[in-house]
Amino acid sequence: MSTNSISWSNDVAESRPFVDLIHEWVTTVDHKRLGLLYIGFAMTFLIVGGIEATVMRLQLIRPHNDLVSPQVFNRLFTMHGTTMIFFVVMPILFGFGNYLIPLMIGSRDMAFPRLNAFSFWVMAFGGLLLYFSLVGANGLYGAGNAPDVGWFAYAPLTSQTFSPGHSTDFWTLAILVSGFGSIGTAINILATILCMRCPGMSLGKMPLFAWLYLVTAGLVVLAISPLTAAQIMLLIDRYLGGHFFDTQAGGSAVIWMHFFWVFGHPEVYVLVLPAFAFASEIIPVFSRKPIFGYSVMVAATVAIGFISMSVWAHHMFTVGMGPGANTFFVLSTMAIAVPTGIKIFNWLGTMWGGNIEFSTPMLFCIAFLFQFLIAGLTGIMQACAPFDWQLGSSYFVVAHFHYVIVGAILFCTFAALYYWFPKMTGRMYNERLGRLHFWLFLIGFHLTFDFMHIPGLLGMPRRIYTYEPGRGWDIWNLIITIGVFFQAAAILVLLVNLLWSFWRGTRAGNDPWDAWTLEWSVPSPPPPYNFYSIPAILSRRPLWDLKHPNDPDWKYEGTP
Amino acid sequence: MIATSMTLRQPVPEELPSRGRVGMFTLIGAESAVFTIFVVAYIFYLGKSLSGPTPQDVLKAPIFFSVCLLSSSLTIHLAGKALHQGNVGKFSRWWFATIALGVVFLYGTAREWQRLIYHEGLTISTNLFGTTYFSLVGLHAFHVIVGLLCLTFVFVFSVFGYVEPKHEYQVEILSLYWHFVDSVWIVVFTVVYIVGR
Amino acid sequence: MRLRDCNYCGRSRFSAPILWLLCCSREVFALPAHSLSPTNIFAPASTPAHSILGVSLFVLAVTGAIFVVVFSLLVYTVVRFRKKIDEASEPAQVYGSTQVEVAWTVVPTLLVVALFMATVRVIADTQRVARPYNALEVIAIGHQFWWEYRYPGLGIVTANELHVPVSDSGRATPTFLSLLSADTDHSFWVPRLAGKTDLIPNHPNQMWIDPRETGLFLGQCAQYCGTQHAKMLLRVYVQTADEFDQWVKAQRQTARPTSAASEGQRIFESTACVNCHAVAGTPAKGRFGPDLTHLMSRDTIAAGVAANTDENLRRWIRNPDEIKPGSRMPAMQLNETQLDAVTAYLETLH
Repeated sequence: MSTNSISWSNDVAESRPFVDLIHEWVTTVDHKRLGLLYIGFAMTFLIVGGIEATVMRLQLIRPHNDLVSPQVFNRLFTMHGTTMIFFVVMPILFGFGNYLIPLMIGSRDMAFPRLNAFSFWVMAFGGLLLYFSLVGANGLYGAGNAPDVGWFAYAPLTSQTFSPGHSTDFWTLAILVSGFGSIGTAINILATILCMRCPGMSLGKMPLFAWLYLVTAGLVVLAISPLTAAQIMLLIDRYLGGHFFDTQAGGSAVIWMHFFWVFGHPEVYVLVLPAFAFASEIIPVFSRKPIFGYSVMVAATVAIGFISMSVWAHHMFTVGMGPGANTFFVLSTMAIAVPTGIKIFNWLGTMWGGNIEFSTPMLFCIAFLFQFLIAGLTGIMQACAPFDWQLGSSYFVVAHFHYVIVGAILFCTFAALYYWFPKMTGRMYNERLGRLHFWLFLIGFHLTFDFMHIPGLLGMPRRIYTYEPGRGWDIWNLIITIGVFFQAAAILVLLVNLLWSFWRGTRAGNDPWDAWTLEWSVPSPPPPYNFYSIPAILSRRPLWDLKHPNDPDWKYEGTP
Repeated sequence: MIATSMTLRQPVPEELPSRGRVGMFTLIGAESAVFTIFVVAYIFYLGKSLSGPTPQDVLKAPIFFSVCLLSSSLTIHLAGKALHQGNVGKFSRWWFATIALGVVFLYGTAREWQRLIYHEGLTISTNLFGTTYFSLVGLHAFHVIVGLLCLTFVFVFSVFGYVEPKHEYQVEILSLYWHFVDSVWIVVFTVVYIVGR
Repeated sequence: MRLRDCNYCGRSRFSAPILWLLCCSREVFALPAHSLSPTNIFAPASTPAHSILGVSLFVLAVTGAIFVVVFSLLVYTVVRFRKKIDEASEPAQVYGSTQVEVAWTVVPTLLVVALFMATVRVIADTQRVARPYNALEVIAIGHQFWWEYRYPGLGIVTANELHVPVSDSGRATPTFLSLLSADTDHSFWVPRLAGKTDLIPNHPNQMWIDPRETGLFLGQCAQYCGTQHAKMLLRVYVQTADEFDQWVKAQRQTARPTSAASEGQRIFESTACVNCHAVAGTPAKGRFGPDLTHLMSRDTIAAGVAANTDENLRRWIRNPDEIKPGSRMPAMQLNETQLDAVTAYLETLH
């Protein structure tokens, strides 16, 4: 009964030229289609980044291995980090945000649909530009032009002296360009959430998902710009003879680090807050209880947003900043642990006293809670600057941030993929394959990233293409590499599940999970206009109110 | 089919801000962050050049051209007011005055750069002062150029009769950007010509 | 398990048992941590590393306790509140609880304060240290991809293998290093001796070590500096006072010319070798590459990558990329005779 004339899971076989379909998708400004484009783009680059990681781990499986040359290895870790952060995690999170925010706040689209499309395509162009470096201008054979300066591109390694040719420029321009897309998306998210909520949805009544994306968008606006500025400075140095980071002319290598990490640290919160958004929607539904402490969760999120702008130099404890600066950044970094811990406790409080259903999304969210706890604790260890003088720039750090990005963010993203798959496609995924994915990935993740802490504690620095035998690192590197294959198998299972279920899965109705937010009130997949008529709501869980007219939420809200 | 809530309680209506304003303020926020980094670099590198001309040696505060730019904020405000009153002709004239003042400012910048490069020997690659000065002032000038392009588009529309009083909202959003560009100049002027010398 | 007084702070197990137990136990229980790995951060052999280990164990204890508590709560929750098969109704819809929120805000804040206080003290202990009059001064200069060491007070310039005197509690002779860089960022990391400190161009840094036992301590560059970052290894030889004095004496001598290797010396000095390398007492005065005056006093070449043998030396000179691809030394295109001669010459540089 919904007019799905341009939806893509049609009962009626329509014979339309394929070119028309492509044209529709390329020119779409519909937030749902753009969301799916972001997610598809990100999943593709996830495979690419995963292959890069696999090759690196194979090179490190034993000491003095010669699978790849040092030049190739250095390009691999640069591309892996840059790809995963800018062209996998950020796009997939923007994709979910784009798809779900209008549906959750009762609006028909984002505030600026054309800006939305522009942001996606400019980000996609950035990703393609980065990979064009493999072949552009004397590239190929050993991927000659791929950047090899590390994802944080410290000066003066990036100057023309130490990085001749164009590899660094591909890195700089690809991220600069995709940064414009990120800022565009952030503008869209802010304007949508602040200006287009449906009647009755005050800021205190919108889903936590929207709050988390609101703070994320604010961070993007403030954090991406310093990177843009620093990259413009780098280009001026490389091509106009500037001296921003030219130590021979009195310039400072440390100031690049400051500018980069002023971006880099809020960036990791940009990556993790949307993951929290997914968990904050999924955990309540599968615990059959509302989120515990909604107002405190909002306050903690805002606190995290503010404090995250003040912790950046904990990436620079070994740079020689002096005891005063080191002390300040120890304090701010440890302080951010408090609101973060509060969030874990609130999720725990949500599950407490509930009726927990172990569907695939919930399995991933439960694993997220355990893993994020560990990730946060290893973060506190590094917040202690003297401890960081040993742990920093070692495999301990690599283990820590992969614990956050894979163990927390990617796990929540998997949860979100399964949870909203029925809404986006109108079909249910296969639950058994979902569980297989979960267990395979869990085993692989822990094999790789639990044991990765140990070489760090035993003195193994990061970004090395090989290592000496006799340092006690050999067995751990072997185990770490073995874990990769479990993760790869799990991703394969995921892809098979998503693709098979898209074509052959059982039909899902509006609300397969018996959930409570507005996106579950529209058909699956939603019609282009989202809502037949814009809803008016009274509480944070409008569908709960409809399903429980004798016991609606608005009777109790007003309590924390 | 989703319907409105079926209980007797009615939702409280809320006055939501307008999208354009929120969007433009967000953009201004992002741009402010970019400028902040360039200003920080400028201040950090004051006095650290190893050689070459110093700010005290070569900088002359462009008072007249700054007054022109800041006056353009006034003229654009008057243009907006005229449009609000329904007077499209007056709007056009004040709008044109804004563009003219902006162009005069850019001319002043160009003249100053010509003097610095050809007579004082200060270029972007001379020393740290040259790099930070031309980058900061250049970034601002770039934003002035972008603003002038947008303003010119609107002026051409108004000349051909396409601008109507109902467009005062869009004109206001664009004016916000122009006011931002002017406020950045206040900061840049203070840092470069007052504090830095 | 031997119980003894603390080697670092002198605390006796009798006079301050609680403190001794908390702070000194890793030292007095003589954990064989260094047998796991020669670069184990839990096997300190110098005061900075020891102070770091002290606060690290405290942090580990606190985070470990937090982990045990929260992990147990999570496991309990997931098990206890599983949905029963016949469960049809929704559980009690609880929205929050102010007391609980206050509790789990206050407790973490107190823990953070405790961790912070412990940390601040160690930062001060390490970074605000007065230099004793008899400290050894070394200037370490990071290059792509080797380490230059200068002993300004002793008039010595050497490369890649750092010799320092042992600093036992009887006679403390710490070594103070100034860290500079000739090109990109590097980082000096010998885990058993100290935390890492970066070498950044135009940003001099300071660090100090006071190794308590003699021996060879390993480490490597810990800040990505280019292609061969992985093979910029560190070797710190901690020697007794007598051994160190002997080493200094030998290093201060200029190279003695021998007739046997004069052909090699002639080739060395007439090709581009002298552009990069220095041999004291000869016309070779290049500073771009390691000082070779006492090359044969070193156990390894190419920054710890290969043993200093005749074969390796010859291989290195013929084509450095064979041993360390991407290193900054070019292959000098010498023929076999020239190679033999130059190698023979270098082998006279004791």
